[in-house]
Amino acid sequence: MPDATKTQTEAVVDAIAAPSAADGHKEQGKPRSLWGDAWFDLRHRPMFWISSILLLLLLVIAAFPGLFTGADPRNGDLTNHFLTKPDLGHFFQADWFGYDGQGRSIYARVIYGTRASILVGVGVTAAVTLVGGLLGMLAGYFGGWLDSVISRITDIFFGIPFLLGAMVVLNAFTDRKVYVVILALAFLGWTSICRVMRASVITAKQADYVTAARALGAGTPRILFRHVLPNALAPTIVVATIALGGYISAEATLSFLGLGLADPTISWGIDIAEGSQAIRDNPHALLFPAGMLSLTVFAFIMLGDAVRDALDPKLR
Amino acid sequence: MGRYVARRLLQMIPVFIGTTLIIFLMVHILPGDPIRAMWGDKAADPAQVASLRHEFGLDQPLWKQYIDYMGNLFQGDFGKTFGGREVIDEMSESFPVTLRLTAVAMIIEIIVGIGLGAWAGLRAGKAADTGVLIFTLIVISIPVFVLGFLARFVLADQLGWVAPNVQDSTDYAQLFLPGFVLAMLSMAYVARLTRTTFAENLRADYMRTAMAKGLPRRRIIGVHLLRNSLIPVVTFLGTDVGGFIGGAVVTEGIFNVQGVGNLLFKALQQREGSTIVGVVTVFVLVILVINLLVDLLYAVLDPRIRYA
Repeated sequence: MPDATKTQTEAVVDAIAAPSAADGHKEQGKPRSLWGDAWFDLRHRPMFWISSILLLLLLVIAAFPGLFTGADPRNGDLTNHFLTKPDLGHFFQADWFGYDGQGRSIYARVIYGTRASILVGVGVTAAVTLVGGLLGMLAGYFGGWLDSVISRITDIFFGIPFLLGAMVVLNAFTDRKVYVVILALAFLGWTSICRVMRASVITAKQADYVTAARALGAGTPRILFRHVLPNALAPTIVVATIALGGYISAEATLSFLGLGLADPTISWGIDIAEGSQAIRDNPHALLFPAGMLSLTVFAFIMLGDAVRDALDPKLR
Repeated sequence: MGRYVARRLLQMIPVFIGTTLIIFLMVHILPGDPIRAMWGDKAADPAQVASLRHEFGLDQPLWKQYIDYMGNLFQGDFGKTFGGREVIDEMSESFPVTLRLTAVAMIIEIIVGIGLGAWAGLRAGKAADTGVLIFTLIVISIPVFVLGFLARFVLADQLGWVAPNVQDSTDYAQLFLPGFVLAMLSMAYVARLTRTTFAENLRADYMRTAMAKGLPRRRIIGVHLLRNSLIPVVTFLGTDVGGFIGGAVVTEGIFNVQGVGNLLFKALQQREGSTIVGVVTVFVLVILVINLLVDLLYAVLDPRIRYA
């Protein structure tokens, strides 16, 4: 009996799949899936390549800051280097970007500060996508009371202004390490992903291929992860990529206010706050960390833009 | 319409209770004692600490504190600050300031954002369009506080065109720079959104009809295209109020505006629960009401949308 059903299933699948595949071959050579199509689109965008190269460089800096500078970012020499002006000819030297109000090399601090920003951005995005995506998928697929409960909880968290809520949450912690900031931002940020995922799962689960899969005897987990999820993922990925730059910006803003990362961690936000006190005569102490921060956010936002253009068929 | 509004108002109640509960818990479960902290490193009289704790209700269990707080709130009592002032007095002094600042920012955001977006959207694919896209990309990439310091440094410290600090918050000329800084990020988003919807709607059937009828170009763009393109923009403006409030804390700090953002920031540093919860509660209410107004505005912009 199992043999008979298997051949039957295969026959049905073949019958459905064969003609369309043949058509595709005749018309445009090779049929592309949504993801193949998006990748094809991405490869032809200069914005994608510029942002990818920038991000790759930033990732290497974050992983191996020692490769880029020999100077110690925490060692201040107040007697010799108090707010020394930058020497822009000294590429990759400790005094390239000058020294800050505690006699520390700004170039070294800019390099070593990359890790915290990237970690927070990627960490929050990963956590938010996982939690929000899972909740949104469950709410959208099962509906009923589960949907009601999850949607009401989403409404509540959506009602709290993001940055304001993060200030209040982080104020409750005295020891603010990178993971605390990640958890606090993820705690407030998962709602938009959850809503997007819920909406696209509701659309995807009504598709004919889901009914077909169920008719062929596929179990709920298989339908959910093999049929619904891949077809509902694109909008979530777009929202997550675009939000990543925003999380980095939020971390810097919170650290700037003294409510984000705390001192032993090197963060551009803290350096900008310190630099802002001497801005009138020594703008370099603010400009270099601020420039690096903006460049990082820029790279992520640009990547998000390119991914959105590639994955959103409405804009094509 | 009336029934729709009533249903929406009822739906607000659980959201309101949930948000205030989260904020309340966040403020009050933190370790450490804000009352004891008032003495700093000096020795505190335990009896005095205990009596202050009792006065602010901090010796009660947390659930009772929350219920008492909400009970008082519905009678318009937001509690007292540690300094002994009524929180509602502090808020009624600072809220108008922030309201004026946000109004300035909103006007700049709407005029410049929609204008820029419409200008680019009508030239989709041309150099002007690419220019606006790159400009907005750069604006979005620069965090508000960096933008604020740069604006202050260049326009106030270097060029001397404006005063670096806002001395009189009723003077709209002085609020222009902080308002502009506050508006920049949202303005860039509004411009992008307007651009996309404009470019999309240009191809719509009603546009061809309007053109075929021989309507003047000004009327086609100003009435037909603009009104149809505004719905997503209005949605964004509504959801963005929360972002404005977060940005106000930063902007008010940089330009020394004595608004709610400053009040909240000081309260956070002193961990003064009643002010923090009070300010956030009012903000949550404002956001809920604005979202309802936005939904009602849809029906005005698009007569096809009706609320039963």
